[in-house]
Amino acid sequence: MPNAAARLVLPLLALVPLGFLGLFFAWPVVSIVGIGLGGSGVTEVLASADTWRLVAFTLGQAAAATLVAVLAGMPLAYVLARCKVPGVGVVRTLVLVPFVLPTVVVGLAFRSLLPDGGVLSIVLANAFFNVAVVARTVGGLWAHTDRRAEEAARALGASRWRAFTSVVLPAIAPAIGSAAAVVFLFCATSFGVVLMLGGAQYRTLETEIYLRTVDLFDLPGAAALSILQVVAVIAVLLIGAVARRRRETALRLRGRFETARRPVGGEWIVVGAALLVVAALLVPIVGLVANSLTTMDGWRALAGTGASGTLEVSAWEAAWNSIRAATDATILAMVLGVTAAVVLSQLRRGRAVLGETLDLALMLPLGVSAVTVGFGYLVTLGDLPFDLRTSPLLVPFAQALVITPLIVRTVLPVLRAIDERLRQAAGTLGAGPLRVWREVDLALAGRSLIAAAGFGYVVALGEFGATSFLARPDAPTLPVAIARLIARPGQLNNEMAYAACVVLMLVTALAVVLIERLTPAVGEF
Amino acid sequence: MALELQGLSVRYGSIAAVSDVDLTVADGEVVALLGPSGCGKSTLLRAVAGLERPAAGRIRWDGVDLAGVAVHRRDFGLVFQDGQLFPHKDVAANVAFGLRMHHVDRIERAKRVDELLALVGLAGYGERHVTELSGGEQQRVALARALAPKPRLLLLDEPLSALDRALREQLAVDLAALLRATGTTALVVTHDHDEAFTLADRVALMQAGRIRQVGPPDEVWRRPADDVVAGFLGCTTFVPGLADRDLVTSSLGEIALPGAGDGTVLMGLRANALRTDPGGFVHGEVVQRLHRRDHARLLVRLSGDGVPVSPVEAVAPVAGAPEPGDAIRLALDADGIALTGRAS
Repeated sequence: MPNAAARLVLPLLALVPLGFLGLFFAWPVVSIVGIGLGGSGVTEVLASADTWRLVAFTLGQAAAATLVAVLAGMPLAYVLARCKVPGVGVVRTLVLVPFVLPTVVVGLAFRSLLPDGGVLSIVLANAFFNVAVVARTVGGLWAHTDRRAEEAARALGASRWRAFTSVVLPAIAPAIGSAAAVVFLFCATSFGVVLMLGGAQYRTLETEIYLRTVDLFDLPGAAALSILQVVAVIAVLLIGAVARRRRETALRLRGRFETARRPVGGEWIVVGAALLVVAALLVPIVGLVANSLTTMDGWRALAGTGASGTLEVSAWEAAWNSIRAATDATILAMVLGVTAAVVLSQLRRGRAVLGETLDLALMLPLGVSAVTVGFGYLVTLGDLPFDLRTSPLLVPFAQALVITPLIVRTVLPVLRAIDERLRQAAGTLGAGPLRVWREVDLALAGRSLIAAAGFGYVVALGEFGATSFLARPDAPTLPVAIARLIARPGQLNNEMAYAACVVLMLVTALAVVLIERLTPAVGEF
Repeated sequence: MALELQGLSVRYGSIAAVSDVDLTVADGEVVALLGPSGCGKSTLLRAVAGLERPAAGRIRWDGVDLAGVAVHRRDFGLVFQDGQLFPHKDVAANVAFGLRMHHVDRIERAKRVDELLALVGLAGYGERHVTELSGGEQQRVALARALAPKPRLLLLDEPLSALDRALREQLAVDLAALLRATGTTALVVTHDHDEAFTLADRVALMQAGRIRQVGPPDEVWRRPADDVVAGFLGCTTFVPGLADRDLVTSSLGEIALPGAGDGTVLMGLRANALRTDPGGFVHGEVVQRLHRRDHARLLVRLSGDGVPVSPVEAVAPVAGAPEPGDAIRLALDADGIALTGRAS
């Protein structure tokens, strides 16, 4: 773009997500770290061998869970992207459900499945959550890659497997990399699951930070661990960024209806594997529903507040709170995430450093303890001219922080895969930059935008870590209410928790179905 | 003068893609930028479109500097090598895109779309999906799309290169007729001389980011500015000669070349500069024979004083073409000879 004004647009756009990150992420985190560093426990913590065992365990279980999630997610991604078999829509919806279940509930479900599971149950539970990330992110790009490259390889004598490893895999590698990075961060900072399944024996940085802050009031120790976590996360992200250097190229995007067809021959093995994964994902879910149906007392109790007033509002009100907060969070995160994705997709030539920095900054919130962020909010947000701490927007803000990276990761690969010359053609036909965006980017990435919004929405619905810290007792979201029900003794509370879980699952499934309906299955491209 | 480039340079980092180019395109004129791949011709085109920022120089339209004019306000149509049709729109919507951007109302738009589809020979294709079209049809749609908003200047970037040969030749003729009929001012980038000469009123030869020669096709063809240009235009052998009132004498015999004048000249020989002729001046032995559509192409090792040392190309009629190893005689043919400037 030749004129100076146009060249200012990108940096100005970049300011939107960066400004939000600065105000609602960097500042609270830095303040809490500053408070922590005021003490003297930091060097002590860093010198302790226990700390480093904690780091090793955190990263190790996250890596293992990421591997499991990627391996399980790939056949699903294949089926979602390439297969014309009945029930694909059902699979697409089913896969998302684990991702939105409250972590505490999944923790409980896995503890009943694997009573003495330990590390195995932690890894499996973390993977269980994140299979959807892999399936949806990878499937999204896979659906739009040209099948002919693969056919060319087959014609050149490559076996089906060889064609996959030498042609398809490199093409979808960016999405796999993106998904793996997100999954790794989720697993490394996973909170509820580890708390439930690890007990006192298996602790990660995240649960340790929580324990030190909430139970022991050891702020310097928690701060030191927070710093360690941030450093580890940045290191991992940097490695990932370097590995993904040669990434999204101008793939020839194709519509799914062109690339999807009935599987043939050995492809049915992959379909079979995908079905096995779906079955495995269903086990804890079915267990949950079965538990909720053993008696109807829990269902009837949803209109109330639990045994001896465990909750301040009814479960139905909590569900309504969830829906409202998730809606606000999604709108906010879409504005931030899409802006960021647009900026990142445009920052190619010459500004790679700026691009990478923004990319990393956007991923950071995933890697920082929700407890740290939560405490930080309470410490810093009082200094703002408007008091956000008592505002109903506080929870949506925190949730938006969590889901924005997801939205960026879903939209960015598709935006980057749009041939720049398509935009240029629109430009020479008289479309200004905004119009080009609307007519080309938005039209072509529309499907992935809706998918991103849907994805973000259901994640916000199930978000537990930050929300549990920030939701006021008189306005809990459903996951927070469930955790509270489980934490309090009483048969009724337990039954109610199971019923509420199923409600959350239904609300989630309904949202997912609606979104899938809104998105035309064919004809977009 | 409609388009005027003055001292235009475009750089990619430390690489100069286009260096100090001066070029004009008159109203209604079609100019071809001809050159080998990587010579900077596409970059030059993109700079005119406003897609690359010049490092130096001016781009003017009717005397107005375009430096501050954004791509979408230049009213320049652009056709890419591979169409770049909008995959989410049907044929009619692709053609109508520019009209929508220029706020043409719906009825007028539909009329103009039909008109343009008829013009490019695709009447009735409006509701087709662009992915159902063949390469040639896609290129026609891309052309119709670019022409629809009546651009001041049409920029064509290797518009026919992605097509197969027969289609390319046919489309080149159609395109030339279409550009004449619509009186379109156009700048065409191509690496194919046939295409350039079919389409253009004037040809600008580009090499290594610089324009080496500009002129009408026949002049560029007959009088390449130097041996590099001549080499690009198919001259494979260079033979010095002495001209005396348009009659050139060389080691390959005498030949009348209008415009040769007097004094020393350098002849650039294309394959058809030497033909088999039983009474020919030059003796040689056939090294290789290839059959072309309408003639046989020979590679001949010449013998005689001062003749080129490496084998030269020659043509023979298809019927009774000599075999490798045959001794033959060749005569010069003025049609295949270019008079070039001295070696640069």
